[in-house]
Amino acid sequence: MQTYTIRRLLLIVPTILGVTLLIFAAMRILPGDPVEAMFSGELGSLTVSDEEKRLVRESLGLHRPLAVQYASWIVDILKGDLGTSFWRPEPIRKVFERRAPITGQIALFSILFSWLIGLPIGILSAVRRNSALDYLSRFLVTLFMAVPSFLIGITIVTVGVLFFTWRPPITIVYLWEDPVQNLQMTVIPALVLGISLGAILARMSRATILEVFREDYVRTGRAKGLNERVVVWRHVLKNALLPVITVSGLHLGSLLGGSVAVEVALGVPGLGKSLVQGMEERDWMLIQNLVLIYAMAFVFVNLLIDLAYAWIDPRIRY
Amino acid sequence: MREIDGDQEAAALAVASRRARGGLTSIARQFAVGSPVGAVSAAFLIGLVVLGVFANQIAPFGPLETNYDHIREAPTPEYVFGTDSLGRDVLSRVIHGTRVSLWVAIMAVAISKAIGFAWGVLTGYLGGKFDLISQRFLDVLISFPGVILALLLLVALGTGMTTVIIAIATTGIAGTTRVVRSVTLSVREMFFVEAARSIGASPLRIMVYHVAPQCIAPLLVLVSASLGAAIFAEAALSFLGMGIPPPAPSWGNILGGTLAQSFQPPWWLALFPGLAITFTILALNLFGDALRDHLDPKLRGTLD
Repeated sequence: MQTYTIRRLLLIVPTILGVTLLIFAAMRILPGDPVEAMFSGELGSLTVSDEEKRLVRESLGLHRPLAVQYASWIVDILKGDLGTSFWRPEPIRKVFERRAPITGQIALFSILFSWLIGLPIGILSAVRRNSALDYLSRFLVTLFMAVPSFLIGITIVTVGVLFFTWRPPITIVYLWEDPVQNLQMTVIPALVLGISLGAILARMSRATILEVFREDYVRTGRAKGLNERVVVWRHVLKNALLPVITVSGLHLGSLLGGSVAVEVALGVPGLGKSLVQGMEERDWMLIQNLVLIYAMAFVFVNLLIDLAYAWIDPRIRY
Repeated sequence: MREIDGDQEAAALAVASRRARGGLTSIARQFAVGSPVGAVSAAFLIGLVVLGVFANQIAPFGPLETNYDHIREAPTPEYVFGTDSLGRDVLSRVIHGTRVSLWVAIMAVAISKAIGFAWGVLTGYLGGKFDLISQRFLDVLISFPGVILALLLLVALGTGMTTVIIAIATTGIAGTTRVVRSVTLSVREMFFVEAARSIGASPLRIMVYHVAPQCIAPLLVLVSASLGAAIFAEAALSFLGMGIPPPAPSWGNILGGTLAQSFQPPWWLALFPGLAITFTILALNLFGDALRDHLDPKLRGTLD
């Protein structure tokens, strides 16, 4: 376990290095230059002289060699300095600190919802295999695996506005300030994402439970006359669901990606909405650092999952 | 354990694929009898392709044809799916969107599967330093949530049909490579590969003639799910305004900006492209499941 942990921790170094290099390359090398990109597109109507562009470049430090720019970006990040948004004189760190709690809360809630929705359905479906309940739940699971989460979000807002004249709040309210307003803002996106992930988990847990039911120790348990309930709860579920719960973290990637579209669909003032706005405005420092934050969150969750997995299941050693 | 499971399933599929011989029609008939749901899904998907190819003939209006007398109208007999804020017929736009969305998905999956296939066989068969380095590359690609990586690439490359295809393809490469690599690792140790090696076949020959064919069946099963993921990705990116640029219709960008358009959201602008996306992904998922069951009857009923 110890050597595995150390190896796994060491592996993260080249990964993070690669992630920063890829982001940096995408932001600097491919489009020619961030300043050109910034004034093309929707802002193309702004007439900006070459002289002005040169001044902008210098103020942003873009005239320096790429290696120097990369190094100073990394140093800034390590110091906790995320730079400044180009269009608003606000440090990106402030944007992050303001919005991250909302997105984090949504991510956390949606994992919880996915367990609350997915696991009971998966369990029932497997235990009552081929019953009407099983068919119904498999139908719903297949359906919800096919509906993109942001579409559910759009549907909820449309129905809310058309029938209940209700719209989710769009200004940031934290849980500790006004729980009612905050929950109105975060529960729906979390539920929307949780349903999609829950469908995947239900399918997965049904499959693993059925697999475990065929194991010899389950037969042994039944043969020695254990109550079916004890067999199911103590022997089957414990062994089948632990990996499902752990693996659910692996879907955090699709959840984080999906949360961007869901935040936009529902008008939630989270990091994802900020990212999309930054992309529309070509606010490259904001894009660069928010993409990095999303990737880092994903990398660290995956690290935790791998470690937890190895801890739970001693057979896992790469 | 995850990887071991994948290996076993993939190896079983590789073996099963060799069994499936005979003419195309007899394969199709076997498949349809074995799985009616899969057959219906396949028929639906073929219908979609026809709809996309003959969009010009089928759609009642042009996708860009505006009619300012009918702006943002709810469905009427003339405009069955309603009209959008420029008075364009939503039905025609959804039909033409089929062409765009399918084309993007098919191209993106073709590119990502081709690259992932070649890369996976190479890195799995060669192993050693090449494998070690390419694993680190894959780690980097996998470190990004898919949509975020696609968004980053689209900011860099600019929006447009080609760049959307490239962005979506890139997000699919790592997963494909990993699956193909794991199949290659198990196939590499089989006797027929050893036999080929012992009579002096070159590594290239072994990879092309002996290893690669074994990786096709597991890949086929992936294709269906990947197409669904690509349809979803295109819809999400276009919805976010970073995908297919307007005025060209795609299912995603018909949805985009629906909610911002007016205080009373025009529900038909969300419903119809939404149904198109959902049914397509549903059909692809069901077809993929049926195909997997068909290729490996041992798994039937256990995984769904």
